[in-house]
Amino acid sequence: MPITTHFCLNDQEIQTTTSPGTLVLDYLRHAKRMTGTKEGCKEGDCGACTVLIGELAIDRVCYNPVTSCLMPVGELHGKHLVTVEGLNMPVLTPVQQAIVDEGGTQCGFCTPGIVVSLTSLLMQENARIDSDSVKYALSGHLCRCTGYRSLKQTWHHLAKNIGNRTGIDALIEQSMLPAYFLEMPEKLHKIPKPLETNGAISKATAIAGGTDIYVQKGEELPDTPVNVLNLYPEMRHISKRDNDFLQVGALTTFEEFTQHPEVLKIIPRIQDYTFLIASWQIRNRATLGGNIINASPIGDMTMLLLAMESLLVLKDGKKTRKVPMTAFYKGYKQLDKSSNEILTHINIPLLEFGAKINFEKVSKRKCLDIASVNSAIKIREKNSVITKIGLAMGGVAPEPLFMRKTCSYFVGKKITTSTVLRGIDVAQQEISPISDIRGSADYKRLLTRQLVIAHFTKLFPEYLRIQDFLTNHKA
Amino acid sequence: MMMKHIEAAVHTRGESEYVDDMPRPANMLHAAVFGSPVAHGEILALHLEKARALEGVAAVLTAQDIPGENQIGPIIQDETLLAEDEVHFIDQPVALVVAKSPEIARKAVRLISLDVAELPVITNPKEAFQQGDIIGAPRTFALGEVDKAWEKCEVIAEGTCDIGGQEHVYLETQRARSMPLEGRAMRIYSSTQSPYAAQKTAARILGIPQHLVEVDVKRLGGGFGGKEDQATLWAVLAALGARHTKMPVEIVLNRAEDIKMTGKRHPYLSDFKIGANRDGQILAYDVKHYQNSGSAADLSTAILERSLFHSTNSYFIPNVRIFGACCRTNLPPNTAFRGFGGPQAMFVIESAITSLAEKSGMPREEIQRKNLIAEGDLFPYGQKVQHNIIREAWQTAEAKYAQSPPGRGRGGSFENIRQRIDNFNATHFETKKGFAVMPVMFGISFTATFLNQASALVHVYTDGSVSVSTGGVEMGQGLSTNIVSIAAKTLGIRPERVKFETTNTKRIANMSASAASATTLLNGNAAMMACNHIFDRLKKIATKELAAENATKITIVDEKVLHDGQPTALDWQSLVQTAYLNRIALSAHAFYATPNVHFDKLKEKGHPFAYHVCGIAIVEVTLDCLRGTYDIDSVKIVHDLGRPLNKIVDRGQVEGGLAQGLGWMTLEDLRYGENGQLLSGALATYKVPDVYFMPDDIDITWLHHTDDSYGPYGSKAVGEPPLMYGLGVFFALRHAMRAFRPDADFAFTSPLTPERVLMGLYAGEVRDILARNASKPKKKDRVKTLTIK
Repeated sequence: MPITTHFCLNDQEIQTTTSPGTLVLDYLRHAKRMTGTKEGCKEGDCGACTVLIGELAIDRVCYNPVTSCLMPVGELHGKHLVTVEGLNMPVLTPVQQAIVDEGGTQCGFCTPGIVVSLTSLLMQENARIDSDSVKYALSGHLCRCTGYRSLKQTWHHLAKNIGNRTGIDALIEQSMLPAYFLEMPEKLHKIPKPLETNGAISKATAIAGGTDIYVQKGEELPDTPVNVLNLYPEMRHISKRDNDFLQVGALTTFEEFTQHPEVLKIIPRIQDYTFLIASWQIRNRATLGGNIINASPIGDMTMLLLAMESLLVLKDGKKTRKVPMTAFYKGYKQLDKSSNEILTHINIPLLEFGAKINFEKVSKRKCLDIASVNSAIKIREKNSVITKIGLAMGGVAPEPLFMRKTCSYFVGKKITTSTVLRGIDVAQQEISPISDIRGSADYKRLLTRQLVIAHFTKLFPEYLRIQDFLTNHKA
Repeated sequence: MMMKHIEAAVHTRGESEYVDDMPRPANMLHAAVFGSPVAHGEILALHLEKARALEGVAAVLTAQDIPGENQIGPIIQDETLLAEDEVHFIDQPVALVVAKSPEIARKAVRLISLDVAELPVITNPKEAFQQGDIIGAPRTFALGEVDKAWEKCEVIAEGTCDIGGQEHVYLETQRARSMPLEGRAMRIYSSTQSPYAAQKTAARILGIPQHLVEVDVKRLGGGFGGKEDQATLWAVLAALGARHTKMPVEIVLNRAEDIKMTGKRHPYLSDFKIGANRDGQILAYDVKHYQNSGSAADLSTAILERSLFHSTNSYFIPNVRIFGACCRTNLPPNTAFRGFGGPQAMFVIESAITSLAEKSGMPREEIQRKNLIAEGDLFPYGQKVQHNIIREAWQTAEAKYAQSPPGRGRGGSFENIRQRIDNFNATHFETKKGFAVMPVMFGISFTATFLNQASALVHVYTDGSVSVSTGGVEMGQGLSTNIVSIAAKTLGIRPERVKFETTNTKRIANMSASAASATTLLNGNAAMMACNHIFDRLKKIATKELAAENATKITIVDEKVLHDGQPTALDWQSLVQTAYLNRIALSAHAFYATPNVHFDKLKEKGHPFAYHVCGIAIVEVTLDCLRGTYDIDSVKIVHDLGRPLNKIVDRGQVEGGLAQGLGWMTLEDLRYGENGQLLSGALATYKVPDVYFMPDDIDITWLHHTDDSYGPYGSKAVGEPPLMYGLGVFFALRHAMRAFRPDADFAFTSPLTPERVLMGLYAGEVRDILARNASKPKKKDRVKTLTIK
């Protein structure tokens, strides 16, 4: 029996038997012939296909922008899908007017997606509207025509016209958003919950955020049975346990993770790292669990969680088992996990008093790019002697690499320039980078050196200076 | 209030239609292309059976199914639509699948296989040149006597520039829809900058006269040169599919197909030698450009020609020799990209000057300033400099953007910026700043003189509404806005009355491509002329109606008909109605050809450009010398717009061009494998500027010189020149790198990615690391990469 997906599309209620693995983008453009949503790259890199996904949170609906090219139709069940057509009103909305006034559209192809993201910013309650937040909203969009200045300038118009009266209700009051949004909580409540997974579906391809699997297998998935994990949101939460660790559901998105107060307590500068990781739309989809299971040797969140020596909770039916993340990766895309097991939680140990964390990433483009090399460190010292250290490096081995030997070298050593340099020598023995599109093997070795220096000099400016690491070579 | 981009509102509502957004006709089929798996080889056998047997496949077509001539070369006839005996680049189209859905078509493509005897692959232009594999004849421009001038030079610098290509990344990939009409006629909706190229090539492939092919273009989701010639292929493939299936056929490339199958901006390898006296006056410049043209000519010869024209950028050098050759390699045919060969040539002269500065110790901008071209000077191609404002632009930039700190009183001078940056660098270790001045003089006109022609067709309807058709294509550059304002201004009516029509080969014949920054100049002038033809007739009838002395006293302002400046009983609408009742023609066609342009290819001398667009940019950067990453802090520009038709449109062109130039020099990195396969074939691997990459601080000062404008109402070309401001970022980064490693001699290799920066700054450390790990056996690299030049 075909699976029925029941959801709202703009102001319409929809029940479709379209294959659940079909991309929302294809569904919109081909099945519905709603052509305002554009296909630019089909891998989440351009934002032209951005739509809003509204999810019920008790009595209200929370909206976030996502790229429809990486989202399965099956996941729409019980949700509200909003396209640019669903934002249009008889007159231009403030976002549309601001883009027109600033000359922020030329060829027009990227524009509908940008309208959706900027509108999403205004739909957040108590949103700050300034240059930074507008850039944040534009972070997942490519525009090849304007050079972005005109788009950035829209913030002046938005701040003037909307000020602090953001949020769905305020926008509707000001006739800046169609009134049908008010009916959505009730409409979504009426949609029956999806059926629980049965045994047969476990053989299906599991999809969490889909942000990588759809890039790899986008053409196959519409014809394949899929297990849309996000339909079962019990794996999507963050809670503190016993003052001991933070339990994070595997389906927690990057954006949820980085905004969470408990996470901020452990990783105070997580927002700085987030700036270097994906884009707003992708962070709204990408899940921590997906990042870990995908086992990309260069996963950003993976590196952070690995350095923190997180514990992975795997479940097979009723059986549960815990694996230290540092022992989870066995080789290129090889995991200590059976095909029946699902990662349900990640337990992140709380930091010991005085421990510090740092994350480094170098990529060709600073934002929304895959790292050449990334690295995270967790380190604790006493009287300038290293007592505990977790160092993870990405892009330098077939798997996300926990630098076991380098860590054990560092433990008990005094933090000095020569300690760091010797540690780098150990690290060079521990890594095995290859040349690929992200950089040459030599470059990755150099980056390994530079990023270890970056970690130490950033965390211990009282002991170390960058200039002491410069050997006097003729370049 | 200034008129906005007239399409802006529908763009923001998502209501603008691109080719595949139009309602689909019933039974429309979808096409996909099977491309060569190898970069060079002889075709032994093509296996199509499985693809043909797949349910939903309507046709699988090869070269044998082409009813006309299998030839699409625009200048030189060296390119097939579908490969016959040999393949010359990876993904060269070999077969076309037409099926019920794009998914089925792509599935069928995966069922096709090719037996091929592989042949040697060349990707390096110098290697091709040495083997004599060139396209067209090499060209040389010369002025003075270079060989004799070296002895007078006190500083001589030599070097090689290794310049990367650039992918267009128009957000809308290549696409077309073709509708079979009665008889053998065909209508093609194409996303092309050159409707006539699509028309004539389709006629040739289908073996029918051009009048049976109609090409219609509504708008493009970006072109940037990538759809000047290379949209033709897809339009013609759709037509071929429609011809065989007798059904409408649409082809829409996905991003991966588009990046892999289409040509790019040409990579160049260029050798330079430059000499100056001790005051920094450049006496001689000798440059050899080896253009990586790809496997077929496409527009390469014309692009090389523009490289020769712009090899001395905005400088006067008395003794110059510029050599260039188009070198045939096993890459997709490289093609037009905003700047059209100019950017590569300017990069080389700027590198040469940088080299000279580093060698002599003189500030780079000082050498630039001393050698700026002056009124009456000759370009190496014989055109005399007239209405030159490059020096004024330079002074304006110094006055506006390079003031001394308060109390120092030096006035505007780039020395102030250099001083400020030197001070910063002296007090910061791992963070260094750098800056560069980038002057640009870009010649306006198609260098193939005959292309400087355009037509327009204007209809006035009896309700007073106006329809304007031209040969120009709206691709985001704002042509539609410009044409509407020209027509409204000429007729004295509200812009809302004017409709910019699709570009259609039935309404406008033999149009040149929308290219060379000259689309508004050519088509705007034609539109203005056509409007004036009608206007003259209207004035005549108004003269009669108002019993006025003569038609020169009649004007129309804000839709009111004035006589001697005084209001009359007539307005636009009643005048049009009167004209109609009096059987006066309310339609007009007009033709414009740019005057005074000519070029003699035998002598390599002439006056190829109507004028030059001039400007100066100052680019400042901050470099993280620990990580090799960088930020562009600011770009300040002085740019001559003439009298702009629409400042919002023009500003958008300047900023957008700048972004592409900055991206080309830094992030946009085309990487190929050993066998010519593109490794950066997706937006995940080929990075273009995003919102954070572009500096927040972009300031532009406009100059408004109209003496030399050939554009409608004193407007000037603006499409391409600003791209070259972006070149400044390379030299600004180099400045910062040298602040960290003063003794280093870095390569002039672009793009200057964070990898190249860091490997340049730490070459010694890399040697150390490798030496210490030498004992360890090297693991086999998964992908050997090289950057193709």
